[in-house]
Amino acid sequence: MAIESDVLVIGGGLAGMMSALAAAEEGASVRLISYKQSTLRQASGLIDLLGYLPGEQRPVVSPYEAIGALPAEHPYAILGVDRVRAAMDRFDTTVGYDGGGAERNTLVATHAGGYKPTFRTPQSVTPGALADGGAMLLVGFDPITDFDAPFAAAMLTEAGVPFEVHGETLPFPIEQASDAGIGRFAALIEEDPAVPATGRTLRESIATAIGAVLGEAERVGVPAILGTQESASIIAELEAALGVPVFEVPMGPPSLLGSRLEAELHAALDRAGVSMELGNPVVDADADARISTVYVEKNHAQIPYAASEYVLATGGLVGKGVGSDRSQVHEPVFGCHIPHPADRSDWYDDDVFGAHPFARFGVRVGGDLRPQTADGAIEYQNLRAAGSVIGGADFAKEKSGSGISIATGVAAGTAAAEEAA
Amino acid sequence: MSDAEQPGFAPTQPNTGTEFEPVQVFPEVTDSDLRSGADSCYKCSTCDVNCPVAAVDDSFPGPKFQGPEQWRLHQRDEEHEIDDSIMSCSNCMRCDNACPSGVPLSQMHNTARAEYVSEQMSHRSVEYWRNRLLSNYRLSAWAASKAPRVANWMLNFGPARQLLEATLGITAEREFPAFATETFRRWWQRRGGAAASRARAVAARRRQGLDPDADKKVAYFHGCYSNYNTPEVGRALVRVYEHFGYEVVVPKQGCSGTPMFANGMIDDAARHKDRTLEGFTPKLDAGYDVIASCTSCSMALRQEYPELFEDAGVDALAGRTYEGIEYLRIHEDLPGALAEAEAPADFPDAFAYHAPCHARNQGLARQAVELFRHLEGVTIEDVGESCSGISGTYGWKQEKYEVSMQIGEDMFEHMHDAAGTTGMTECPTCAMQMEHGTSYPIRHPLELLAAVLTD
Repeated sequence: MAIESDVLVIGGGLAGMMSALAAAEEGASVRLISYKQSTLRQASGLIDLLGYLPGEQRPVVSPYEAIGALPAEHPYAILGVDRVRAAMDRFDTTVGYDGGGAERNTLVATHAGGYKPTFRTPQSVTPGALADGGAMLLVGFDPITDFDAPFAAAMLTEAGVPFEVHGETLPFPIEQASDAGIGRFAALIEEDPAVPATGRTLRESIATAIGAVLGEAERVGVPAILGTQESASIIAELEAALGVPVFEVPMGPPSLLGSRLEAELHAALDRAGVSMELGNPVVDADADARISTVYVEKNHAQIPYAASEYVLATGGLVGKGVGSDRSQVHEPVFGCHIPHPADRSDWYDDDVFGAHPFARFGVRVGGDLRPQTADGAIEYQNLRAAGSVIGGADFAKEKSGSGISIATGVAAGTAAAEEAA
Repeated sequence: MSDAEQPGFAPTQPNTGTEFEPVQVFPEVTDSDLRSGADSCYKCSTCDVNCPVAAVDDSFPGPKFQGPEQWRLHQRDEEHEIDDSIMSCSNCMRCDNACPSGVPLSQMHNTARAEYVSEQMSHRSVEYWRNRLLSNYRLSAWAASKAPRVANWMLNFGPARQLLEATLGITAEREFPAFATETFRRWWQRRGGAAASRARAVAARRRQGLDPDADKKVAYFHGCYSNYNTPEVGRALVRVYEHFGYEVVVPKQGCSGTPMFANGMIDDAARHKDRTLEGFTPKLDAGYDVIASCTSCSMALRQEYPELFEDAGVDALAGRTYEGIEYLRIHEDLPGALAEAEAPADFPDAFAYHAPCHARNQGLARQAVELFRHLEGVTIEDVGESCSGISGTYGWKQEKYEVSMQIGEDMFEHMHDAAGTTGMTECPTCAMQMEHGTSYPIRHPLELLAAVLTD
């Protein structure tokens, strides 16, 4: 006895969601189980494909072309460029991001004064692209300590961006506790209450304050706090008041850009008829050559789920899809093999910012995305892996995390649905 | 044992070679040790962003402070007092669901709140006695059930309510829920109790060609609200289970403890837990699984019991407690049964569904919406992931009423946007809030299931 579906996807991050969507669009009945809210809430909300080749300092301009230069064990190399491109096309038709169909990376400023190459951007971020565009004003608010606008502006100027950048820190028009979270600001801006003693609304007050320091700027960047659901209309209102494009600067966790992407993908999953259960982990399984049942732990009770095909999209070391202790690296749900050096001191590089082997830890798959045992056999006939549980890539260094999740997610979900049919 | 006592650890001669072997310096964690939880917090603040109270109340410091940060302050300094803002946490437990690192935030809050209430809050204060009165709802409901018509009149009699607000701080803004003229347990007894249920289950098994002696039996935790206020939910559960050939028993039970945890009344909760264990442990031993119709009750038995109590029977109960529809999804073909059934003529066909926060943490937030997709002619529309704001006794407190309604605003708005003008939820107090904000009647998914599958 178990709760049944054709395809069961384990993991609710980008890889799991794209995998579930691809499987459902193939006609399978799909259930997605996630331990927690999507890790997209910890992500920037940008979609990177390939920002840097291993060992290179210069950003990649054309990621599809650069895929050919990746080592054979890299997930992109395993899939081949055509499947990567097809998956990105599916993302473009699912999510209303900018850059759909484009072949080249774009550079965007980060909240800490750096910049990064990325492939697809939320519409609210796009006007902040660094390669072109006019003079930029960055505006921070003093209770939001994660974004120091004058510092970020100075760093960008130092980096040699081809336009003037200026940074200003403004008080937030409605006084907040010194430790108020990002969500509080977003909710207030969305609610748009009157600011005491001014007779203006919050958004009008923000626009007026920015207008006073606008100067010659041709675009204005603010931290990504412009509402949880209504950012487009909030930005339109600010732009109308200021007469120049307004954009959001991606922030660290908790990330509203990531939450908005999660909401958009959840809506797509809902439309596709995917069942979703968030909040509890898969902890155990019955399996021989095939997996028959997995168990979700709800505190003490173990709830059985059964499917014809399974997708493992539990994440990497941070997402807990890859676990480790002092003697070994392991995959906790099915015990899939994870290649790693026997001596723990070979797991990391002595240089903190060096090329750590642990960053590439993950299950080994072939072109069918089935995890393999140490001697190259298939672990389970009806199991495929997607996202950062797959080894062979250092996504943080390469800026390839979202792309790998989308590419392997779509491929695994599609194959699972075809097999289940 | 502290780091300094670790044998072989000599700070004056640091081991800088490659031979370095880290050692376990902390003892093995036991269930009630919250250190591992505090250590797992990497301060991403996702919990704070998910906190419905922090979103509307600027003065509330949020779950990260209430949980891991306050726990650490307390470890460092025995004199550290629990901040009184712990009483502004509504115990919706959203932070548990949000944390990417598995920090047991609600357990930390419950523990801190219990300590605050027992050691810092004056036991002679009005707040203490008001909170005790609210959290011991079962006692008031029991008294009211002796003369439900009188109680219903009195409790919604304006001047009496003004007095309650002025003296005890129980808001006069809300309508008290009506007490049923016949409690669920009285109906159960009148109907013939467990023996009658067995007979009905056996008849159903015969009808469906199942083994008449099939081992299908459940023990029902109805909780206080289904007993005193909405016995129709309990009756629906019994009918649905018997329809699938299950014999139902209704053991002696206390309150699940949910309102007591939320008010830091841990001793009251323990007393009710004892009563529940006394009733259910023999049934568990005899092979019955436990089901609940209220998602906060199932949450308490599953999660809070093992986190807060160390009794021998707690783990067995937690391990075999299920939400009422969830259990049927595991053991029966509910989608199939619904696909073959017709929408009932005498029941609404469009619902604005709100998922209670406590259902969310059990992975049940989408259960009703997804299940009834299989039933033609009925639409269940999810009104979004916001919290209803009432959080049990929270929204009944005069000083919390406004915050509670502000939190609920999103839900009210989405309910009005939904096609249906009947609400649906599994949680009794969410139902109160939904009704209060929209004037819609509110039904439980089990009521719809019973209307579809049984006569």
